[in-house]
Amino acid sequence: MSTISTTQTIPDTALDKPRTGTWDGGNEPFKASYGKLMMWFFLLSDAFTFAAFLTTYGLIRHRHDAYTGTPEAFQFSTSYWPIPEKVFDAFPGLHGVHLPLGFVALMTMILIFSSVTMVLAVEAGHRMDKKDVQKWLLWTILFGTTFLGCQAWEWTHFITGTDEGTLMNDGTVFRGANLAMNQYGPVLFADLFFFITGFHGTHVFSGVCLLVYAFIATTNGTFEKRGHYEMVEKIGLYWHFVDLVWVFVFTFFYLV
Amino acid sequence: MAQHAPDHSAPVGEIPKPNTGWIWKTFWIISAITALEFLIAYLMPANTLRNSIFIILTIFKAFFIVAEFMHLKHETKGLIWTILIPMSLLIWLLVALITEGNYLGDSIQNAFK
Repeated sequence: MSTISTTQTIPDTALDKPRTGTWDGGNEPFKASYGKLMMWFFLLSDAFTFAAFLTTYGLIRHRHDAYTGTPEAFQFSTSYWPIPEKVFDAFPGLHGVHLPLGFVALMTMILIFSSVTMVLAVEAGHRMDKKDVQKWLLWTILFGTTFLGCQAWEWTHFITGTDEGTLMNDGTVFRGANLAMNQYGPVLFADLFFFITGFHGTHVFSGVCLLVYAFIATTNGTFEKRGHYEMVEKIGLYWHFVDLVWVFVFTFFYLV
Repeated sequence: MAQHAPDHSAPVGEIPKPNTGWIWKTFWIISAITALEFLIAYLMPANTLRNSIFIILTIFKAFFIVAEFMHLKHETKGLIWTILIPMSLLIWLLVALITEGNYLGDSIQNAFK
């Protein structure tokens, strides 16, 4: 059972026992396994990507004029940045009801719940409890896909627009949004919405794929034979990161 | 078909009881902070103070997710700093580029005055 990946010729006797020397891979930096450490570094780089997106949002928002009137008198216009809670106030099945940030609140809670079920799966993995790992992974997959569904609805609504739409400069009424035009405000507002929430949604989707893999492997007993559920732990790290990013997207895109 | 491992892969010992108290505690803290954010969003007029409160609460939430759920609090000091020091540089980036955005906005809006 040797997994040494080197092209050097090693005498057969050296392969009989694991290599434990400091420079032979015998010690773990930071007392974390290779896989977990690399996941942390990947997440760090991914955090830079998302930070770049959110910083870009900050720059572009401050480059535009802010709305200065009262919130009650707010109307969509391309000449100032919109108030987020005036844009995101719709809820599925409640057409025409003004529910500022209601649906985003639901999405946030779904993602926080999925994070909790993910930790529970990791915890069950530590106890080598296959049934519990399966159960909590399934819950996490359920919440993850629900979140994706919510986001699909949110996008559809954003793209389709409201009944009133916005009177554009050329006298036509424009409803909804695309990359070149939108009823809510400056062009870049919709662009940033698509890029930031889209990039986050892609991460959620990748996470769900990884979770489905972990569920199948758990069911097949792969991790049990391996003797540990570290793979679930690593996917867990990724999943919490996706939740973490949403916390920031939520604040900087919807609240501030 | 080479592997004919026995299917009755019963664990050697008893499965220990789950220890989930800390998970739910963290969950309630994060939920409470989120609820507080919504309360502030509805009750407080938008201004710099409100935005600062939002950002501070967000950092609190981030702390609980990273420290507890991602277990970073219980890793070695070296790993904690490896993650936190590069992240702290982002604060600089954020401040620098928002200042830049204000300047850009000013110069574009005042270009024809």
